[in-house]
Formats: sequence, structure tokens, C-alpha cells
Amino acid sequence: MTVRRIGLTLFILFLLIPIYWLVVMSFKSNTEITTQLTFFPNHWTLVHYDDIFSSGKWTGSFLHSLSYVVINVAITLPLAIPAAYAFSRYDFLADKHLFFWFLTNLMAPPAVFLIPYFQLYHSIHLFDTVFAVALAHTLFNLPLAVWILEGFMSGVPREIDETAYLDGYSLPRFFIKIFIPLIGSGIGVAAFFCFMFSWIELLLANTLTSSNAMPFATMMSSAFTASGTNWGILAASGTLSIIPGILVIWFVRDRIASGFSLGRV
Amino acid sequence: MNNKITDQRAWLLVLPATFLVVFSSLIPFIAIVNYSFQIVFNMHNHSFIGWSTFHDALTNDEFRSALGRQVLFTASVLAIEVPLGIGVALTMPRSGRAVGPVLVVLALPLLVPWNVVGLIWQIFARADIGLFGAFVNNVLHINYNYATGTFSAWFTVVLMSVWHWTSLIALLCYAGLCAIPGAFYQAARIDGASRWAMFRFIELPKLRGVLTIAILLRFVYSFKVYAEPLQVTGGGPGTSTTFMTEMLTNTAIGQFAYGKAAAYGLLYFLIILLISYVFYIVLTRVGTSEGGE
Repeated sequence: MTVRRIGLTLFILFLLIPIYWLVVMSFKSNTEITTQLTFFPNHWTLVHYDDIFSSGKWTGSFLHSLSYVVINVAITLPLAIPAAYAFSRYDFLADKHLFFWFLTNLMAPPAVFLIPYFQLYHSIHLFDTVFAVALAHTLFNLPLAVWILEGFMSGVPREIDETAYLDGYSLPRFFIKIFIPLIGSGIGVAAFFCFMFSWIELLLANTLTSSNAMPFATMMSSAFTASGTNWGILAASGTLSIIPGILVIWFVRDRIASGFSLGRV
Repeated sequence: MNNKITDQRAWLLVLPATFLVVFSSLIPFIAIVNYSFQIVFNMHNHSFIGWSTFHDALTNDEFRSALGRQVLFTASVLAIEVPLGIGVALTMPRSGRAVGPVLVVLALPLLVPWNVVGLIWQIFARADIGLFGAFVNNVLHINYNYATGTFSAWFTVVLMSVWHWTSLIALLCYAGLCAIPGAFYQAARIDGASRWAMFRFIELPKLRGVLTIAILLRFVYSFKVYAEPLQVTGGGPGTSTTFMTEMLTNTAIGQFAYGKAAAYGLLYFLIILLISYVFYIVLTRVGTSEGGE
């Protein structure tokens, strides 16, 4: 029992110490960062956070990132829910092939799609908008959501559907009144994963935007300049970028274990 | 699962999603296939050159060495993360007040943006301002600098991946372990089974499903790795930590070699699909032939 506890504690320390180092660095002055190694800041300072919050470019980029993530979830879920229902309940022409084709997009390396995306979003005049990134991220989020939701829906006995239809429910009414509440946790888990994969993705978000919809991650690279690196502001922005993740985990903390198994235990 | 109803109207339910996949995947994919047979000077000037881009890719050192490094990286991280993740899952508490905080801490690295994962390790492992780098250099007296030493760079990149992704395997396995009924353990205890025997004959077979997902996801994501090593090592020293996505991005955006990048990309995608398929078949077969369930 104690061996287990020591092992787990060591692993948790391994996870937390690098994050601690990032957070604590964000409260040090740049001279302190570069001249001495301190486990606690000698002088706590909020100057880096002040720099970020007083700059429209920094706060704007944070909002861009949040908006494309939210738009992505809002596009993905309404399309994924009916599709997942069809896959979990019906046999139809080419259903297996279609499902597999959806899943291959989960495996596709986004780098492969860089050039055509660049041209595609230019030609439909969405380049450098948050919508371009939101749509681009559906490449992997839509198949992921369909996969997760199909797992959760297959866990709901289909007798429930049949009873409802016998009671005279139409498909849309059955969906809204009965089925959606039943798979609520599955939808929550799918939304969590879509949020997560859109929030942490960098390559497409970076390629499909320039100045008007610049994501937070791209903004961060501006801290590396020819005259040196502003480590303090990097650490502070890195710390801020972790906060949405922590909030989202906090909301799903009760379902996190079943959630990560994608409803397939 | 096998009591599905045959109804072609179900297509209406998948149609909206299919349209989106056609838009975000099929149309760009056709464009890539088209480019892969061409040499592209600019958007208005390109000419058909047939299979030579593919021939190039298969014989080209740039592509082959990046692929070799990629395979080595993926094999290393899978070899470390899968056993470690199972181990962590076995040590996690199943009940009590500690469960919530442990789950949240474990999930934390997964929700850090990928470039910030790189940033965290960049400042953690640097010899001058990093806790870990300074510790290894000044306390252990091992010469460690990821910007100049190939071994240091690889060590950092692999350790970072272990930090970043072991939790995914641990959380999946934890969910699998929680789903095992207590009666199984009681029966094993009555039979006097050792801890190892319990793991080997009860827990491992029950984990087959989630482990399949975990290994597949880890394979695919490690094969697509980009932002984290780029942030830390910039692909160096030299090209020693330049993996497939970075090589591809350099070819496409750095050299504007669209045709070559498209051919590379297609091969890259096909390799991922092929290995995923083989993994999937092997992983699902292994379990059933041993009569685990």
C-alpha cells in the first residue's frame, strides 16, 4: 500500500514541478530569472501580467483563441449528435465505410492539409478569421465527437427508442425530450474533448490567421525577439493559457475517468 | 450492437456531418493528390510531372531520415508511456477524498496548449534558468544541454512526451480498472492468486479495450508531434529532432515546394493509416486468442 502511495506521489511531483517552475517564474522579474535560480521569487512582481492585460494585442489574441474553440464546439456537436445516433442505431448503405472514413480524419496529420487549407479559406474569404480556425479544427473534432458519442449512445438500450416511438413521439421530439438528457454526460465528454483538442492545437490556428485573428500561441512567439527573450512574459502567458483547461477539468471532474474511456469500458 | 435496424433514411442524419467532412477533408485531400503529381512554381504556373515526386520521397534522404527519427521517437515514447501509464493507473486510489484531486492533476498536462508544453520544458530544462537543467549540470555534474547535445535533446524531447501523455494512458486504464467488479478480486483472493497473477489474468484482459484505444491514440499523436519539440529544440541540434510534421512544414512553407510536400504528406498519411490498421488488428486479435474474456 505504501509503495503504491510513494509511486503515485513521485509521479504527481514529476507532473507538477515543471508547472510550478513556469508559474513561479511568471512572478519573478526578468533580471531575477536570468541571474539566479530561486525556488521562490525574491521579489514577487505582477509586472508581466500587467504587461499582458494592458496590451490589446495580448488580450485580443486570448479572446480569438477562446472564440474559435467555442465556435468549433458549437459547429461540431449539432452535426455529430445525429450522425452518431445513425451509426449507433441503424444499418444503412456504406455505414461502416463512412464511419471508417470519418475516423481516418482523426489520424490525418494537419500538416498535410496546410497548403490546401490556406488556399481554400482564402478563396471563401474566411482567411484570418476565427471561423476559419473553428472550421479547420472540425477536421479532427467532428470524427472524434462522432466516435465518443457513438460509444455512449450504444450504451443506451434501443428499447427506449422503440417505446418512445410506440408512444407516438416523432424523431426530433424524442431526441430533445428523452434522448439528449439520457446521453447528457456523453455530450459533456464530447464537448470537453473538442474544447481540449481545439485549445491545444497550434499548427492550423497559426497558418490560417495573420493579424486580425491571431491566436494566443502565435502571440506568445512574439516574446522571442532579436534583442533577447522576454522570459517573464512568456511564463506569464503560459500560465494564463493553462487556466481555461483547469476550469474545464473542474467542471467535468466527476466524469473525467469514464470520460477518458470514451464511453467504451 | 447487432440488433440495428436497416433504414436508408439514416443517411439523412449523417448527411450534415458528411458535408462538413467533404469540405474540410475530401476537397483539400483532392487538392493534395493533384499537387503531388506536379511541380508547382506558383499558383498559376505548375506542370504535371507524374510519379517523380513519390520516387523522390522514397529515395530522398530528407524524407527517409525524418521518418526514421519519427519511428524511433514513437517507439521510445510508447515503450515508456504504456507500462508507466498502466503502473500509475494501478496505484491510483479507487475511492475516497483523494480521487478527485488525483484525477484533476493527472489530466492537467493534457490540457496545456502544445507550444506551452514546449515552453514549460524549455525553461525547466535549460542549464542557465531551468531547475532541471541546473540540477543535472551542477548537482549531478552531467553535461546536459539540449541545444547542443544530440543525446540531451532526445532525452528532453522523450521526457517531455512522457510528462505530457502518460496521463492519457493512466486515465484510460484507470477507467478500465474501475469497471472490474469486486467479485473478480474476491474470487482470485479465495484461490490464493498472487498480485501478479491477478494483474495478468484479471486486470490485463479487462483492460484490452481501453488499452487498444490508448495505444492507437498515442501512436497517432506521437507520430504527428510538432509544436512541443519545435519549441524546445527547434528540430536540432542540426536536424536530430526534426520529426515528420516539421519536415513537412519546412518543405511546404519554408521551401514553397508544394508538389514535393504534397507527395510527402500523402505518404506520411498512408503510413499512419497502415500502422494504425495493423495495430488495431494485432491488438484486438491478441486478446481474443488468449481467451481473456
